[in-house]
Amino acid sequence: MAKTDGNGYTILFATIMVVVVGGVLAGLAQGLKPAIKENERFEKQQNILYAMGVNENVEGDGGVNFIPTDKVEAEYDKYIKEAYIIQNGKVTQSDEAFTVDMKKQSKLPKNERKMPLFVGERDGKQFFVVPMYGKGLWDAIWGYVALDKDLVVQGVFFDHKGETPGLGANIKERYFMDDFTGEQIMSDTQYSGITVAKGNNDPKNERKDDNKVDALAGATITGDGVSAMIKSTLKSYVPVIKDFKTKA
Amino acid sequence: MAILSKKDQRLILDPLADDNPITIQVLGICSALAITAQLKASIVMAVSVLFVLGIGNVVISLMRNIIPSKIRIIVQLIVVATLVIVVDQTLKAFAYELSKELSVFVGLIITNCIIMGRFEAFALGNGPYRSFLDGIGNALGYGVILIIVGFFRELLGSGTLLGVKVLGDPIEKTGLYSIGYENNGFMLLSPMALIVVGLIIWVQRSKNPALVEEN
Repeated sequence: MAKTDGNGYTILFATIMVVVVGGVLAGLAQGLKPAIKENERFEKQQNILYAMGVNENVEGDGGVNFIPTDKVEAEYDKYIKEAYIIQNGKVTQSDEAFTVDMKKQSKLPKNERKMPLFVGERDGKQFFVVPMYGKGLWDAIWGYVALDKDLVVQGVFFDHKGETPGLGANIKERYFMDDFTGEQIMSDTQYSGITVAKGNNDPKNERKDDNKVDALAGATITGDGVSAMIKSTLKSYVPVIKDFKTKA
Repeated sequence: MAILSKKDQRLILDPLADDNPITIQVLGICSALAITAQLKASIVMAVSVLFVLGIGNVVISLMRNIIPSKIRIIVQLIVVATLVIVVDQTLKAFAYELSKELSVFVGLIITNCIIMGRFEAFALGNGPYRSFLDGIGNALGYGVILIIVGFFRELLGSGTLLGVKVLGDPIEKTGLYSIGYENNGFMLLSPMALIVVGLIIWVQRSKNPALVEEN
């Protein structure tokens, strides 16, 4: 083993190894980038459509079923009519809304943030799809809320990076997301958001005007994260959507 | 059935039972605790480790005569990390749905002590073919325990298997729930994985007293 023990050999080996591994990984990442980017775009389109009720969910099955990736592009163009960016209260129509990086925006001060808004139409009804980004227990959570012009939730979609499987990760399960449909975000005329509430004495969620949905057992912090994310995001959108209503 | 010699067979079969990485060598406990709340995650983790350990063992074994001994641990780490990134990126490009399903677990493979343990204890001193068998054997031994633990935790904790409600509906009170059965939420918490692993160790050692250490 003498020949492999010298300092010179060790440094040489380390250098070659780093260069080779670095080269292989960089090449791989570069080569696969277009495919990965496309997958991510399809996913975002699926999520936005899912929130506004364009999905392949089956009654009684309980699973989350998106529009398949090979059809999603066409469906997205069919249902999403306009995209806007809201910055410091100013609303501008912009195709860039789709590519806004929510994670980066969430780190900016509130008045510099670019907030996307997607306006869709299904069966003659207008939908306002709002992207959200927030914190769960372990890592980021994000999602989309579809509102109608009266600020009633028409559907939501949540996803997360690393919540606990079987507990917090269940925010992306259909039974949790379905609960939001029909909820009000206003309490009378006051903005209230939607709270994921423990000890909610309405587990089947029959009351839609209480601004509450039933929490997931064992996922307090993830649930609080969802409440906070909805509350802080939708607040800035309320006046904008009200504006759309009066103009229409 | 003489595809494998006696010695090679032992490389695969021993880690499944009497030399199991989790229950006998007590390696890889961390990931066994973290991901076994659901059966599906357990299966996926088992398959990922099978891939990384099988290939990693071969790579290390091929390089065993040129790796400088002073930095061999770092070299091993680089090999695991590289393989994991290759798996992660390839999945993202060609099996996006699956890669979302795996999410953090792929990254977690790097931290699995079984992998470094097998590189160090076996691949550095044996040829590529036998290292491959050893890798597969240990990954299977790890996977079997993971799947057993995942099975019981999901069944008793959530009343489901692979997401299918096998015991009836807890809210509608059908199936077992109609006679007052309740899910045990404890099973979803990490310490219960340790207790299930402990029970497996107990069963295994009472069946084979030779495994019990002398004091």
